[in-house]
Amino acid sequence: MISYIIRRFLYAIPILIGVNILTFVLFFIVNSPDDMARMQLGQKHVTQQAINNWKQLHGYDVPLLWNAKAQGEEKLTKTIFYQKSVGLFMFRFGTSDSGRNIGADIKERAWPSLTIALPTLVIGLITDICVALMVVLFRSSKLELGGMVLCVILMSISSLFYIIGGQFVIAKILRWMPISGYDDGFSAIKFVVLPVLIGVFSGLGSGVRWYRTLFLEEVEKDYVRTARAKGLTETQTLFRHVLPNAMIPILTGVVVLLPMLFMGSLIMESFFSIPGLGSYTIDAINMQDFAIVRAMVFLGSVLYVFGLLLTDISYTLVDPRVRLS
Amino acid sequence: MPCLLTKCKILYQIPFLFALLLTACDLSQLNNPYPKEQKGQAILYQSFDERPKHLDPAVAYSENEYAFIAQIYEPPFQYHYLKRPYQLVPLTASKMPDIQFLNKAGEKLAPNAPIEDIAFTDYLIDIQPSIRYQPHPALALTANGDYAFHRLSVDQVANFNTLADFNATGSREVVAEDYVYQIKRLAHPKTQSPIAEMMKNYIVGFGEFSEKVKQLPKTAIKDVPMTGVTSISRYTYRIRIAGKYPQFMYWLAMLFFAPMPWEADAFYGQPGLSDKNITLDWYPIGTGAYLLAENNPNRRMILEKNPNFHLETYPTEGEPDDQSKGLLNDAGKRLPFIDKVVFTLEKETIPRWTKFLQGYFDASGIASDSFDQAVQFTGGSAELTPSMLEKKIALQTSVETSTFYMGFNMLDATVGGYSEQARKLRQAISIAIDYEELISIFRNGRAIAGQGVLPPSIYGYEEGKAGVNPYVYDWLADKPQRKDIGVARQLMTEAGYPNGIDPKTHEALILYFDTTSSSIDDRPMFNWYRKQLEKLGIKLVIRATDYNRFQDKMRKGNAQLFVWGWNADYPDPENFFFLLYGGNAKVKFGGENASNYQNPEFDRLFEQMRNMDNSPQRFQLIQQMQEIVRHDAPWIFGLHPKQFTLLHSWFLNRKPHVIANNTLKYQRLDTVARTQLQQEWNRPIFWPLLLFFAFSVILFALAVYAVRSRTRKTLQ
Repeated sequence: MISYIIRRFLYAIPILIGVNILTFVLFFIVNSPDDMARMQLGQKHVTQQAINNWKQLHGYDVPLLWNAKAQGEEKLTKTIFYQKSVGLFMFRFGTSDSGRNIGADIKERAWPSLTIALPTLVIGLITDICVALMVVLFRSSKLELGGMVLCVILMSISSLFYIIGGQFVIAKILRWMPISGYDDGFSAIKFVVLPVLIGVFSGLGSGVRWYRTLFLEEVEKDYVRTARAKGLTETQTLFRHVLPNAMIPILTGVVVLLPMLFMGSLIMESFFSIPGLGSYTIDAINMQDFAIVRAMVFLGSVLYVFGLLLTDISYTLVDPRVRLS
Repeated sequence: MPCLLTKCKILYQIPFLFALLLTACDLSQLNNPYPKEQKGQAILYQSFDERPKHLDPAVAYSENEYAFIAQIYEPPFQYHYLKRPYQLVPLTASKMPDIQFLNKAGEKLAPNAPIEDIAFTDYLIDIQPSIRYQPHPALALTANGDYAFHRLSVDQVANFNTLADFNATGSREVVAEDYVYQIKRLAHPKTQSPIAEMMKNYIVGFGEFSEKVKQLPKTAIKDVPMTGVTSISRYTYRIRIAGKYPQFMYWLAMLFFAPMPWEADAFYGQPGLSDKNITLDWYPIGTGAYLLAENNPNRRMILEKNPNFHLETYPTEGEPDDQSKGLLNDAGKRLPFIDKVVFTLEKETIPRWTKFLQGYFDASGIASDSFDQAVQFTGGSAELTPSMLEKKIALQTSVETSTFYMGFNMLDATVGGYSEQARKLRQAISIAIDYEELISIFRNGRAIAGQGVLPPSIYGYEEGKAGVNPYVYDWLADKPQRKDIGVARQLMTEAGYPNGIDPKTHEALILYFDTTSSSIDDRPMFNWYRKQLEKLGIKLVIRATDYNRFQDKMRKGNAQLFVWGWNADYPDPENFFFLLYGGNAKVKFGGENASNYQNPEFDRLFEQMRNMDNSPQRFQLIQQMQEIVRHDAPWIFGLHPKQFTLLHSWFLNRKPHVIANNTLKYQRLDTVARTQLQQEWNRPIFWPLLLFFAFSVILFALAVYAVRSRTRKTLQ
């Protein structure tokens, strides 16, 4: 397994280089260093001299990919691409174009994102699976039909509606908890409950339908019939046999998400004033802050590759037949 | 059966457990977003929707940055809080500056010397003694008198994550040299001050200094002299500027000229601190009424009373009706009144508005989606709705010193140029675009239509008939009335476009409107613009591009029509008319004259007016310039936005001030009333919870029953 993991890490290197090049090219097709300087310097009294100063100070006064005027290896190394990218592979994200340390910002903002995303995932997963098993229990009945119609209705409603509706009813009308905000430590609980509840509820329709499909596929298999023949009740059959055997597709969907939980949710964090990473990349794109865009895309790619690896490893844990080699 | 009984017991206990939990909380305000221990304290709760980018007074230049640092840093002068028109008064200075005019030989001239004789102007500024900086680690001293944190090792730096991690702070008296040092910081290219390039034109020796220190680190500028800025004594410094530039006084009331101790750069410049975001750009060191106690621009910013704040008292004079409004009740009392200010980041309007209605924000603007809930127009004036009045909320309005205009590119072959035909075309379009309608539809009446370059409250602005743009409006029934569209059509005919037909193509004249807005929300506005020009038979094509392309078009002069805005740096007509000065044309000189307007007579008058002190003669020049611009119509004088602010009844001493930002120190809170009303407005409603619980129990019981019967059925 260790050689498999090492191999996967080595495969990741060209992928990350490719992603980095792609991000770089796409960003600089749309923005030039002069544009970036103008954006950072504001709209008043911006002169060409000020733009040149900004570029020099932030290392954008060299060519993008190839420095024809330089000598030897400096043709490659004295470029924006090289100077801004090498540190990434050592997880040195550097300083944003507005002057803040990106690594420190990510560290500070990742935890609030996780505080919301992790309970939402865990509670959502348990709720979705339990409800899906209940629906499977009542398969081929009007209760199942009703449940599915309800799921489709829940899926069809925008998550924004759940957020605004949830805030309106719970925080404004009933006044049970703050409408938005965040705090450190245990004080965060009162701010986290509402977004988590809404997150779970808004994902219920699609989650239940997805897991129901997985369970229905399993429920007609021979081993399930054998379990029933042994005299197990339907609930025992579902929870003890069907659920563990449906774990591979469940894990495929869930484990890959785990590292991405750090990246946060844009809308949820924005409406609930959670100081997470959700809007970090979007704000950076709007501000033409290439340093942040590049760092976040790189981090996203690393986490995704890591998530896929975790998924593969988790297969071996839930299915003894799977061997990584 | 026993098992079922146990389950039932648990079920019975849940509501009691829940009730117990609730009694442990403060039931009266479960939705209170603030800690219980803050109740009753003099803490002002505000929101912000855009995180500040810079908090260094040499760099910050945006309103959202000034909202914080204007409470922390203090320039030598400030605007009087209550008097109008806006008036400068000393802040850290002990008196207004001595202004001396000098000729080329450096000899003193009389105060009324002709402008052409004045080669330099000296500003001699005396500062108050005994003003001290806020407690800060950069100023902390050891028992030996050395700076405690100026030589940090790598290991020491590793232990610090925020400024609060430093276990000692210190302070010292502000001296004239600190003001000089700050001006040197403005000049250092590595500081990236937005006014550096402009100040090179005014402050003597600024450009040379900048060139001299460009290779030096920021910490090395302290002992490098700048010829035009010198410290004369411990409490006096002199700034020498080239020629006469009366507006320089306004710059001295801006945070760019606040004092900065050299120790700040020495402290923050140490290796490793910037990796922790411990920089001067994020942790200010000022002398103002407040200090930044918590800096998390992604969540909240907290200002706390500066224990070293010098003596400053509430103004004792104001406008005639300030007394009756209660704005002079605290006259002569020591500032500030509020102990702490908590700014919370609220990006979305719905939670922000809800928190205001719940009493958790003390003041609020009005977003367009909640406007009807808050304000109604009766007889043309804005009034609060009954639901707001019931909560004793007050409305304050003030016209901003900003202008939003639609510009014509004067270099364009169709709409530009100075021929009579082109002028008439622009005048016709100025009449056709009905800004009163735009204000009513798209801004809920929160603006006034522009009559010229200047917004109200700027010297030279004229009210009434004399201040009306005669090319677009008639004065009827004591108010301006937009000219009939027939007049505009007649102008179109005279311009060579009868019924909007372009004689070259024999089809409708096509004009292009360049904009950066491209979202679906902007479409109604674009359709509205199209309809306005359709009145003249003109076809308007919207060219929406991204910000970079738009800026590029403007720099190259490829735009035709565009919308642009300007927010005053200071309340002087020069700060608006320079937007049309030929020497500032965007294409030729890269300046702020986006229309590329160049009229020799206007330029001559501008050059004469800009260096004058306010006087009847200056007022006359301003009116002449207004007339030239109204006639040439390089702009359609769009609108001046109106600020609407809602205040709770416990928020006292607030008077709108569209120029000054350091106003928090004057404001006061009635915390008893706030606590009482917050409790009254936020009692939670529990009966739906019990209903929900009962429903869940029934549902659960039904599910258990259904599962059991199905299991039994399967077994059978």
